[in-house]
Amino acid sequence: MQTAPVDEHAVPADAAHAGSAHVVPFGVLLGVFVALLALTYLTVAARYVDLGSLNIWIALGIATIKGALVVLYFMHLRYDSPFNSIVFLTALAFMLLFLGITILDTIQYAPDIEEMRLMQSP
Amino acid sequence: MTAHATHTSDHADHAEHPPWLAHHFDTPDQQFSSAKLGMWVFLLTEILFFSGLFCAYAVYRRNHPELFVDGHHFLNTILGAINTAVLLLSSFTMAWGVRCAQLGKTRGLMNCLIVTLVCAGVFLGIKYAEYRVKWEHHMVPGQARIAALLGLESPVLHELAPGEPAPRGFHPDHEYMGEKLRHADEEAGVRILSETLYQTQLQERIKRLGTFFGIYFSLTGLHAVHVICGIIAITWLLVRTVKGHFSAAHYNAVDCVGLYWHLVDLIWIYLFPLLYLIH
Repeated sequence: MQTAPVDEHAVPADAAHAGSAHVVPFGVLLGVFVALLALTYLTVAARYVDLGSLNIWIALGIATIKGALVVLYFMHLRYDSPFNSIVFLTALAFMLLFLGITILDTIQYAPDIEEMRLMQSP
Repeated sequence: MTAHATHTSDHADHAEHPPWLAHHFDTPDQQFSSAKLGMWVFLLTEILFFSGLFCAYAVYRRNHPELFVDGHHFLNTILGAINTAVLLLSSFTMAWGVRCAQLGKTRGLMNCLIVTLVCAGVFLGIKYAEYRVKWEHHMVPGQARIAALLGLESPVLHELAPGEPAPRGFHPDHEYMGEKLRHADEEAGVRILSETLYQTQLQERIKRLGTFFGIYFSLTGLHAVHVICGIIAITWLLVRTVKGHFSAAHYNAVDCVGLYWHLVDLIWIYLFPLLYLIH
């Protein structure tokens, strides 16, 4: 292809990347893709099995496994500088803090609201 | 820390540095890892941005679980699953494209980017078809106002007179929504005594689902905006690839857009079960 103009100026490969760029083998990428499709099928199938309140946790668990595969292999975090992983985990930690505290609050006040509703109803 | 501590080596480095290496970086590797760190920090803000909507989802679902169970019957699981697969494929070809870029395979990178773009287009096409059905069944919160504001034609809900035979489904051209719901309801043990009554009840149900559809459209709409931004970014990569801007030594942009595209996929991985697969 038309890469000639840039290639002339390109530095030798050893000078270009000293370790932050890991090439993921094609087989690994393909394997991850197939696993992601299989897990998608699994999560659709799991929806039709009645497990009560467990259903939502199974769905979230499968989604988290899929997400981990995408982050570790497609986004290279497994091979990358640990500092990038710290940034990502920080985002997750604050998101969980945000969601967790809000849901705790929702649960905390649920009985009060229920009581108020009962008092208001004629 | 680096080899550029002395004046002489610094000078020598300047003489041979590649044209794409910015002057405020010592080495291509430093430039690459700085760009990547910057991208990860951006993705952090994206995750927190979306978590606001996930929080709204969690609170409303916790308070009104029955509305979410009822609401998900109005979404098309098959289309959602197809879209999940399409987005996973696009993520795979993007990762493959980054690999091609790392190995200096320009042709392969080009092909991967094209497949990724096609997948993104298919995803948006399916999303459009889903939104269209919602619009035709009056499921968009504030639909009459939106229609007036944009000058669009909003299908008028047909108020059924007592005893008037109702059409199957709300809209003669889109019967599957009524059929799918009827099937789900019959499985759940709902006895459909009268067609007219059932149709009226369906319309009442949709009116009660405003919050569910508000969350559905906010989450999937914000995600779709990200897909559109991804299409713009990948098109930019494709143009630069054809112009020969990238090589095995220099592919920062491909790597960073790749990270962004995977995040868009990651968010959909959670959206699909949370919206389409509620038990």
